[in-house]
Amino acid sequence: MRILYFAWLRRQIGKASEDIVLPATVTTLGDLVTHLRSLSEGHAAALEDLEGLRAAIDQEFAEFDAPILGAREIALFPPVTGG
Amino acid sequence: MADRFEIRVQEAAFDPGAELSAMTDGRSDIGGVACFVGLVRDFASDEAVTALTLEHYPGMTEKRLAEICREAVTRWDLTSARIVHRVGRMLPGEPIVLTAAASPHRAAAFEACWFLIDWLKTSAPFWKLEETPDGERWVDAKASDDAAANRWRQE
Repeated sequence: MRILYFAWLRRQIGKASEDIVLPATVTTLGDLVTHLRSLSEGHAAALEDLEGLRAAIDQEFAEFDAPILGAREIALFPPVTGG
Repeated sequence: MADRFEIRVQEAAFDPGAELSAMTDGRSDIGGVACFVGLVRDFASDEAVTALTLEHYPGMTEKRLAEICREAVTRWDLTSARIVHRVGRMLPGEPIVLTAAASPHRAAAFEACWFLIDWLKTSAPFWKLEETPDGERWVDAKASDDAAANRWRQE
């Protein structure tokens, strides 16, 4: 599965994207964030506060209780600030 | 039905006047065009801003902008809607974003234009990075932007 990071998450984690193989126990977006926190100190720090994070599954906004089965691309990012 | 909207995400500067002309040239069924142009300011809440960099999520951005325009042309009587949004680094005074709505009637044009920018600000994946004399900092989302967007929600 491809994971994308934007804005300060990208800088804190140190990469814009990564391809990872998930354990079978990871079934929701929330599970995914918990798993990603275990990958490095940068991941743990950037993903510490779920309240400050937003997510998209295959380019559609999603809540952290959403299932990720079959997803190709998951993006994690701060609240948007365009316009 | 042909798409009655145009969206563009680009690094290049744009000319708001040319965008509006493109929506109205050769037509005589439009009563008015309402337009919002967002510019780079040289100040934030507490300090000077010397440049602004817009990051986005290629692919999802275009999908979201098209969905926002599609909703506008469905909810209001519009001849066309348009969103142009720049990405990359830009300087104070430069246009960042344009939203515009053309309609036979002014109320629809005004309301749809306001809807376009309010929804864009809260539901299109862009992020602003400010350069200040103290260094770079990411702009925080504002609760007032969420409140402005919520006005347009329908049951």
